[in-house]
Amino acid sequence: MLAHTLLFYFFSTVAVFSSLMVILSRNTVYSVFFLILVFVSISILFIMIGAEFLGMVMLIVYVGAVAVLFLFVVMMLNVAEKKNQKIVNKGLINNISVGSIVGLIIFFELLVVIGGWKYKGDFVSLSSISINDELTNTHALGNVLYTDYIHLFQIAGMILLVAMIGAITLTFKKRENIKKQNYFDQIGRDKESAVSLVEVESGKGVKIDD
Amino acid sequence: MIEIGLGHYLTLGAIIFVIGIIGIFLNRKNVIIILMSIELILLAVNINLVSFSVYSQNLVGQVFTMFILTVAAAEAAVGLAIIVIYYKNKGSIHVEHINSLKG
Repeated sequence: MLAHTLLFYFFSTVAVFSSLMVILSRNTVYSVFFLILVFVSISILFIMIGAEFLGMVMLIVYVGAVAVLFLFVVMMLNVAEKKNQKIVNKGLINNISVGSIVGLIIFFELLVVIGGWKYKGDFVSLSSISINDELTNTHALGNVLYTDYIHLFQIAGMILLVAMIGAITLTFKKRENIKKQNYFDQIGRDKESAVSLVEVESGKGVKIDD
Repeated sequence: MIEIGLGHYLTLGAIIFVIGIIGIFLNRKNVIIILMSIELILLAVNINLVSFSVYSQNLVGQVFTMFILTVAAAEAAVGLAIIVIYYKNKGSIHVEHINSLKG
């Protein structure tokens, strides 16, 4: 139990510190690195609390895909803040105060909700799919995900498909002067259009380049 | 204090959520940081769902966390694609410069 406590405090401190650094650091690349650190420590917390599958999926999806995507975009775009070309920050103080007020209000609202939790009903009785201790976490999730939630699972796949199509169509650029394959033309070639008989005079070559 | 309960995880989720929201307000640099703040907010939601799921012995929370993960990945992909074409068109993604809609 003590180990759980120590590890919880350690990793949550790391997570909170690095999420602060995500929003505060000047360099966007450092922000992405700190975002990776947040995800890693939170996924370790997930693994510690018993949701191993989600912790691993979070590592794969966030660190392996999303963070690398962010890094690529940061690398591609020139977002470095030049010293002499600084944006005029006349609204910065205003933004900090408004942002802090809104953040504090939301934080205290969340604390009220958490503090009011001791007046909860017996929330264990709300349980519809209880965790079976004999199965591993992955096994249990798979049992539920592929049976009761199969439609939601497929809709999630459709969401990913639509996002992929959207991202490709947004960034797709038609380029001129490039040789491409055209499947219907290639398959639809026949002998008349492809083969021609050329009379070659002796001692001369044939120009076939067109 | 020694015993880590549901409240500790919920508080951690609340802190990260609030940091994400303050990040959206505070940000004056570029839109990518705003997208990262949104990722932080979704992460906080995931923490809440998973801790509730574990402490109430109910697997549904973890199932829904997977769907939130899906949506977060899709959102990051589409958002970054929008940022890339915006940068191609305008040459800058500073928040101060994005005012074509006069909002």
